[in-house]
Formats: sequence, structure tokens, C-alpha cells
Amino acid sequence: MALSKNHHSYWQSLPLSLVLLGFLVFPIGVMLVVSFWDYNEYSLLPDFIFDNYEFLLTSNVTLKAYLQTLKYAFLTWLFTFGIGFTLAYFLAFHVRTQKMQTVLFLLCTVPFFTSNIIRMISWIPLLGRNGLVNSALQTGGFIDQPVDWLLYSDFAIILAYVHLYTMFMVVPIFNSMMRIDPNLVEAALDAGAAPWQIMKDIILPLSKSGIMVGSIFVFTLVMGDFITVKIMGGGIKANVATLIYNEISLLQYPAAAAGAIVLLITVLMMLMILFRLVDVRKEL
Amino acid sequence: MKDKAIIDPTHQADSPATETAAKTPSFSRRSLLKGAAKAGVAAGAISGFPMIWAQNIKNVTLRQFGTGVSNLNAIADKCKEDLGFNLQLTSLDSDSVTQRAVTQPKSYDIADIEYWICKKVFPAGVMQPLDTSKLKNFSKISPLFITGKLTPDSEIAQGTAPHTVGFVESKGSTKFATEQTNWMTLIPTIYNADTLGIRPDLVGRPITTWADIMDPAYKGKTSILNIPSIGIMDAAMICEAMGEIKYADKGNMSKAEIDKTIDILIAAKNQGQFRAFWKSFDESINLMASGEVVIQSMWSPAVTAVRSRGIPCVYQPLKEGYRAWGGGLGLASHLSGLELEAAYEYIDWYLSGWVGAYLNRQGYYSAAPETSKNYMTPDEWGFWIEGKAAKGDILNPDGKVMEKAGAVRDGGSYWDRMGAVACWNSVMDENKYMVRKWNEFIVS
Repeated sequence: MALSKNHHSYWQSLPLSLVLLGFLVFPIGVMLVVSFWDYNEYSLLPDFIFDNYEFLLTSNVTLKAYLQTLKYAFLTWLFTFGIGFTLAYFLAFHVRTQKMQTVLFLLCTVPFFTSNIIRMISWIPLLGRNGLVNSALQTGGFIDQPVDWLLYSDFAIILAYVHLYTMFMVVPIFNSMMRIDPNLVEAALDAGAAPWQIMKDIILPLSKSGIMVGSIFVFTLVMGDFITVKIMGGGIKANVATLIYNEISLLQYPAAAAGAIVLLITVLMMLMILFRLVDVRKEL
Repeated sequence: MKDKAIIDPTHQADSPATETAAKTPSFSRRSLLKGAAKAGVAAGAISGFPMIWAQNIKNVTLRQFGTGVSNLNAIADKCKEDLGFNLQLTSLDSDSVTQRAVTQPKSYDIADIEYWICKKVFPAGVMQPLDTSKLKNFSKISPLFITGKLTPDSEIAQGTAPHTVGFVESKGSTKFATEQTNWMTLIPTIYNADTLGIRPDLVGRPITTWADIMDPAYKGKTSILNIPSIGIMDAAMICEAMGEIKYADKGNMSKAEIDKTIDILIAAKNQGQFRAFWKSFDESINLMASGEVVIQSMWSPAVTAVRSRGIPCVYQPLKEGYRAWGGGLGLASHLSGLELEAAYEYIDWYLSGWVGAYLNRQGYYSAAPETSKNYMTPDEWGFWIEGKAAKGDILNPDGKVMEKAGAVRDGGSYWDRMGAVACWNSVMDENKYMVRKWNEFIVS
């Protein structure tokens, strides 16, 4: 009986396994193989060399790019978490009717009606040297000279990331907060707990799975993104994905493949650490 | 004397129609279609072009891709009108063009690529050389693409000069020939001399040299392009103008030269000299038009685009000379039969004048100057090619006024500009190393 049950589950998981095998495992396998190949200006030369990795792992370009990428990832995480958690908390505990909750929640998704790139690009006329923010500041007499660091800077990049990805934090955190029993909070209040104690001992631990899911979203999105860095950084800033993108556009596929494999391993390692902290499966 | 090498006055007497008719006998290569060709002569007298396969050619569609500079719908429309078949155009940025050419050779029939890209693409075996004897306009091509010399006594510029990758040894070969052969890699169509673009209202002083982009006065207000193969050439022009390096050949640097060039760039970047780096045409226009930068490397039509918004912008000639590029049409290796014949017909048509005139009016140069002259007014020819002051308003290809009467083209005549080319866009022997160093610059 138990055996036939097992058989069923194999059949059931087969379609997804095939899809994953064909569209995830196989390409990564190819990438792994290609990352050991040699190349010249116009062709890939099947080979088995460690040159691509050797350059990647010993070059301080890689180190700088990784530090830069981690900086972006951490700062973005920090801000999206701060904003996302507050927003979700407000939605879950301060908005009284469920109807209102739904309305406000849908309101949060409105920006997603336009594409990522458009939402990003629309920052540029705002932040530029002769942009709206600078003109406003100058007219208001706050500054004499236009401020340069608003655009084509780390500030602009982080701003765009936070703008683009905060929703990815809000949704899962809101989701887990909605499942916290209000009676728990009431009981804590009755027992004389201070608001910060309720936050620390009840809300935070119980929305941990949401926070974790949101963090994974934000982290992996920022780690693999090159377009935000390219547009908001004006090409003057770079992260790991920009390097890979540059290599791809110059037909240096083996070097790009090696870069991608190293990035993949880095991200997987980070996810493993995150999963150590919280058992998402148990929490769900 | 100089002019004579390019434009033979004896040809100017011919009107386009008689010229085409006179050349029609060379169509005899398609002996099967001879009868049709004769009918075509009659048609040719009216439209300017013989429509020789009136029956089945309508079904032919040639897929062409390349950069935005020459993949223009007006050309496809005119091609349909003159030759009867369809041309499907795709325009991409320089890097994507290389990528598409090499990795998806089945996805196009005609590649509109630059010569420095050709050096990467052709050896990959995805293209077939062109038989020059099949092109009746071959003799009209500027000697710049055949011998590398604009005039018999001019010097060949550094870098990947088009003639060095213009020919292969034989039909199936992917090896570039050192001399002119019967097999051409690309049929040249378009080229230009590039320099820095400036905002004359914001720079506050005359700009005369490539080194001016490094002037601390413009800190945080300059930009260069982030396409390594081209960017490194601009950087080389700048470093040499600064007196920091003297290159043996800017188009083929040694590792030490690359190191030093990149070091100078990194130092400038860390001091905040650059505001941004651009990769696509539009980015360069926006940077300039919004006033984020006042001096940057730029492409000629981008300068025009900024100007057409009513913002002053000059394509400033500099004393060290220009960085030139050239593009041409190549055939995908899978092309055969009727499509191949149509492609030859199309390329020949490209050289026959109408497109050349269109490109000239955009500020580029046609690879077959004398044929394009037939399609331009004397005033247009005087303004664009001879560097003379315009007698009337100069219109852009869409018919909008671009320059008022009395305007003179920046950099002067064709011979002044193309004669002052210091180097061509190129692919270096140390390309791989250069790209790695370039990445270092971008990340620093």
C-alpha cells in the first residue's frame, strides 16, 4: 500500500521534474561546461581550462564588484525591510475592516501596472542636475549649486531598488501577519506587555517566515540585476551582473559562464545561511 | 586634384536613368532571365531601375539587421519601390549586432555591420564573401575601402582600416587578403569621422583637443562611451592628446599601453571627472540634452538629434583628428538561389545613389560618392561634401529644416574630414586583455 502511494507521488512530480530538468538543470549544466572552455573574438573553443575561474577568483575587479553588489543588496534589504514591515504592520493591525485591507493592498500593487524599466527611468528627470528635485531645492534657497549625487550614484541605485522591490517584502510579511491570532496580542496586552515587547516577542517571531521569503526575493533580485545599476548608475557604477552582462555582449561566453556559476554559488550559499536561520517549510 | 580621385567629372554628365540603362547589359549573368531583363530596360527608363524578376521577386523578403544608423525604414520603402522585393530591418546596438551575427546566422540574410565587427564575425564562418564581378557599381566604391587611401598620396590611418578586412583570398575562405581580390567581405555603404560633441553654451571656452575632456573645469560633466572596442579608441585619442602616451598603433595596443590607458581613465574616474558612461545612442542624446554633460564622445546623428530639440550642440573638430568607422553589407552564408540574386541586386542598388544621398544628408558618407551626387542638389552636395556654406536651407532626410542658409558643416569638406582620420575603430590582438581591463575601469 505504502509502496503504491510512493509510485503515485513519483508520477505526480514527473511533469515538474521534467520542466525543471529541461529548463533549469540542463542550462546550468551547459553553463558549467562552457565555463571551462576557451574563447577568442568570434568563437568558443571546447577545452578544459581553469583560466576563466583563475582570472575571476584572483582579480580584484571581482572582489570590488562583489563588495559593491553586497553593499547594494544589504542596503536595499535594510530599507525594503524597514518600509515593508511597517507597511504590512499597518495593513494587518491598524486597518480594521477586511474590505479596507483589500483595497489598500490592491492600491499597493498599482505601480506594477507599468514596467520596471519605465518606473525606473521616470526617476531620471526628477533627480538630474537640472531635474525637479534640484530646481525645487534651488528655488527654495536650500542650495546654491545643483546637487550631483542624486543621479548616477549609489543613492540613485538604492532608491530605484527600494522603489521597485518593496512590494516583494510587503506581500509575504502581510501574508504571515494576517495569520497571527489577534487574541495573542490582546492576551499580551492584558498581561501587561509593553508595545515593544509585543513587537519583539509576538509579531516579529510570528512573521519570520514572511520576512524570510521577502528577503529571499529582494536579495536574489538585487544580486542578479544589471539593468538598474546600468540605468540609475549611468554606467559609471557596476556590480557582478554588470560584469557578466558586459562579457556576454562581447561574446565572451565562457568568462560570463564562469562569472555566472560563481554568482550562483554565492547566492546559494547565502540562501543556505538564511534557511539555517529559519525553517521556512515549518513556518509555512 | 584631390577631388579627382573620388569624383570623376566625366561621370557627372550622365543622368541616373541613362547610366542605369547603359549598364544593364551586365545583367547577362542571368542568361535564363535575359528576355525579362530586356523588358526591364524599358521599365528602367521610367523608374530608374530594371525590374527583372517582376513575377516571383515579390515573394522575396530579405532580412537585414544592423545598427540604428543605417537600418532606416525609408531605405526599405524605397527598396520595395525600386526593386520590388521586401526588406525587413532590425536595428540593434553594436554589441548586440556582433552577438547576433555570430550566434544566430540563420536569423538574417544580410548583415549590416561595421568593419571592426567584421574582423570578429567573418572568421566565424557565418558569412559568404561577395563576388565583386557581379556588382556593376563596384568601380564606384571609394578607394578608401579598396586601398585604404582617400587620395593616392594619403597615409593609411591606424586601427582596423576597412580595406584590411575588406577582402578574402578566395570564395570559401575566411582569411583576410592583404591585396584586393575578387571576393569582398562587406560591400561598404556608410562611414564617418567621429569626434567629441560639446555644448557650446555650457563649455565656456573653445574646445580644440581630445584632451579637453579631461579638463578639471569639466569635472563631473563629461562622458565617454562604454562599448569597449570604441571607448578604448576614444581613450587612446585622449591620452595621446594629453601627452601621456605615444602609441605605436592606437588600433592595436600592447598590454603595457592598455594598462597605462586604463590607469589614466581610472584615475580620472576616481577624481569624479565623468558623469556617466553611455552605451546606446539615446543615452548619449539624453545626457547632452539634459545638460548632465557638456563634453562627451558622441555620434554624428546624436549631435543632430540634440540640435533638433533646439539645444545647441557641436560636433567639434579637434586638432588630433578623427576616429573613423565604416560599415557595409555582408551576406549570410546560408543565402542561395533567388534570395542570393536578390541580395546582390539590393547591394548594387544600395551603391547606385539614392541611399548614398540619403545617408549623406544624415551627415554620414556614402561609399560610392559619385553615384550619390546624382541624387543630391548642388547646394546639398556643396554643404555636405564640399564644406561650402549652404545657399538655401538644408533639409534633413525627412524634409525638416536642419541648417539655415549660410551654415557651414563642422569639420569642413569630405576631404578635410576623412583626410584627418587618425585611427579606425578596431579589434586588437590583445582584445581579451583589453576587455578585462575595461571592466576594471568600469568597476573601479
